[in-house]
Amino acid sequence: MTTATQFDSLPVEAATRPGLVAVAMSGGVDSSTVAALLLQQGRPVVGLTMQLWNQRRLPELQGDGPAQHRCCSLDDVYDAKAVARHLNFPHYVVNFEDQFESRVVRPFVDQYLAGRTPIACANCNTDVKFEPLLRMARQIGAERLATGHYARIRKNEETGRYELLRALDDTKDQSYFLWGLSQEQLSRSEFPLGELTKEEVRSLARRVNLPVAEKPDSMELCFVPNGNYVQFIDAYSRERGVPLKDAEGEILNEDGEIIGHHHGVHNFTIGQRRGLGFAAGKPLYVLSIDPERNRVVVGEDDALRKQTFEVHGVNWISIAPPSGAIRATVKIRHKHEPAPATVEPLDETRARITFDTRQRAITPGQAAVFYDGDRVFAGAWIR
Amino acid sequence: MNRVYLDYNATTPVEPEVLDAMLPYFSGEFGNASSIHTFGQKARAAVETAREHVAALIGARPQDIFFTSGGTESDNHAIFGIVSSSVATSASSTGKPHVITTFVEHEAVLNTCQALEKQGVDVTYLHVDQDGLIDLEDLQAALRKETTLITIMHANNELGTVQPLEEVGRIAEQADVYFHTDAVQSAGKIPIDVNQLHLDLLSLSGHKLYAPKGIGALYVRGGTLLKQLLYGGHHQRGMRPGTENVAGIVGFGKAAEIARHALANDAKRLSALRDQLEHGLLHRVPQSRINGGRAPRTPNTANLVFPGVEGEALLIALDLKGLACSTGAACSSGAVEPSHVLTAIGLPAEEARASLRFSLGRHTTQADIDFALRVVPAAVAQLRQLSPTYREVAKTT
Repeated sequence: MTTATQFDSLPVEAATRPGLVAVAMSGGVDSSTVAALLLQQGRPVVGLTMQLWNQRRLPELQGDGPAQHRCCSLDDVYDAKAVARHLNFPHYVVNFEDQFESRVVRPFVDQYLAGRTPIACANCNTDVKFEPLLRMARQIGAERLATGHYARIRKNEETGRYELLRALDDTKDQSYFLWGLSQEQLSRSEFPLGELTKEEVRSLARRVNLPVAEKPDSMELCFVPNGNYVQFIDAYSRERGVPLKDAEGEILNEDGEIIGHHHGVHNFTIGQRRGLGFAAGKPLYVLSIDPERNRVVVGEDDALRKQTFEVHGVNWISIAPPSGAIRATVKIRHKHEPAPATVEPLDETRARITFDTRQRAITPGQAAVFYDGDRVFAGAWIR
Repeated sequence: MNRVYLDYNATTPVEPEVLDAMLPYFSGEFGNASSIHTFGQKARAAVETAREHVAALIGARPQDIFFTSGGTESDNHAIFGIVSSSVATSASSTGKPHVITTFVEHEAVLNTCQALEKQGVDVTYLHVDQDGLIDLEDLQAALRKETTLITIMHANNELGTVQPLEEVGRIAEQADVYFHTDAVQSAGKIPIDVNQLHLDLLSLSGHKLYAPKGIGALYVRGGTLLKQLLYGGHHQRGMRPGTENVAGIVGFGKAAEIARHALANDAKRLSALRDQLEHGLLHRVPQSRINGGRAPRTPNTANLVFPGVEGEALLIALDLKGLACSTGAACSSGAVEPSHVLTAIGLPAEEARASLRFSLGRHTTQADIDFALRVVPAAVAQLRQLSPTYREVAKTT
């Protein structure tokens, strides 16, 4: 009978180099510059690039053009290797295809089919980058994982908590995608770009002659070619052996009258105007999606604005779960300007949020992130 | 940093004597072996001497050795070449041609067979037991009158297990079916005699036996109906056109000559070191097991599973500490793919991912083994401490 303590007594050799930092390298300019910055600080670096998605899967999505720069393409892997070669530090490609599919891609597809609008990048951060990748970083002897995210981490010596802060460059801030990180994950992570602007990052990359200094930013979901997620969901469902029937359904107005038809609820997101498939006198927007009855309800812009909603899966970051209601500014999508609101905890993982003024298109599946100025109080999923 | 290399099944360093033998043929003796003049004749002589050495390593006649670019080309040539010539000669017969192989072949054979399937050829993949060996009764049962080729590897690259080729050869001979083996992982490690094994075709690779990369050979028994793969000039009897890679061929010949003489000693010394490594790891790493350990094996290969460990993380951790070994197969990005060989011997996916291969070679020393026995148990312990699944594993066993 063996127990884990037997191994604890073995002479574990000290990590090769104390203070080793693993850099999660996508092959883009941001994470490459992180490696350069850390090396400039004299810190030992190992690069890790995740192989997340086999681009040869779903060949019907490949189209005519060559695979563009997406974060899972071979070109990006080679770019990351080229940076490591240029700066002369060890680099490895690690296979996370299984985890990425089960924790990011499949939930993404399932959410859309359930009439919600998911954020794959938040799942990827919480459940892949800062989970199995961070663990692997530590297993290979690194103490911490650094990434190219635009956000900041600060330890509050009074509360003992690790706080997540918005990036100094407001236009690049990615704290909205990082709200799911636990205290343990934050304590092991570094975001060296949080204090820099994108222009500063580019000029730093140029100064050290990074081969990716002029590479364009990636804008799309890395596993969805051409940003066409509807096509992706169709192809993925077919590959999975559950092809989507032509799920024709009804489009209703607020009075419950059928005013048109659609080809599956996964084509829609709350607040969407285009693609309703018919012309109306006044602009109409998707107000709600009912996957059970395969219905989409549309109405005028004013009906999209709501004051109160509930969230689940709350993760408190800069403060311990409060006992009563708190005031915060709340952001409900990546491009939303945080708006003042009252956050009222309902139980350990749920909360009710009431905006001071009504907000447009509060969308199930997106995240609500509560801010106190630059600090992230907490984040949660919109129900 | 001191680095220890235990990945000889991936590739080997060129022996200094091999390099010395090759060097003159890059510039001084640069002739084209097909030229009639003295420059060409000198190159030709060197090529033919090398052919004799390679032939001698496997008990073949020199005229049955064709130099190729490596193991992959040899495998492709053997398999495509036999099947297409059988299609050409039996145009009247109605059945689709049939090939028998195994689930544990190298990708050079597996993917060639899959390409044949797309062209309408039937392929039977034989299962292996938990040590990686085929069942001869399965082979017998798989034979059909349309069977044109049996291709079964000699030694497995990941496990080192050696298939019973002599028996396979006898079955192939009785059934009058061509018999090919990929001997890339056995040549130079264990004795090979193409006649004793009743082989018609055999693939070799230079860089697995201390010759350079980019040179290999295909043995083709005289009289075998084999279609060529490449079209070009009349080099190598038209069977393999293309100006001969004289320096590479000379290196291969020298390496084969050395291997033939060193084989017995290498095998004795390496199997002792390998056993020491295995016993040491089994002793120092709780719950570790040997994969494929009960089958006849090449003397240099050890494959162990360390439950509760992600092999990819262990490989990187060890590399950062200066020990090079391997797990699974690298895909085009360089990431590790799950091993089809370990899956074929029945390992569940998590154990296949928790497996590591150590392969020893001519330059492996006692100090290398001592180093591995020091760093591997420590790295495994460190990984297990951080593993979310390990405590579960520890509980259930």
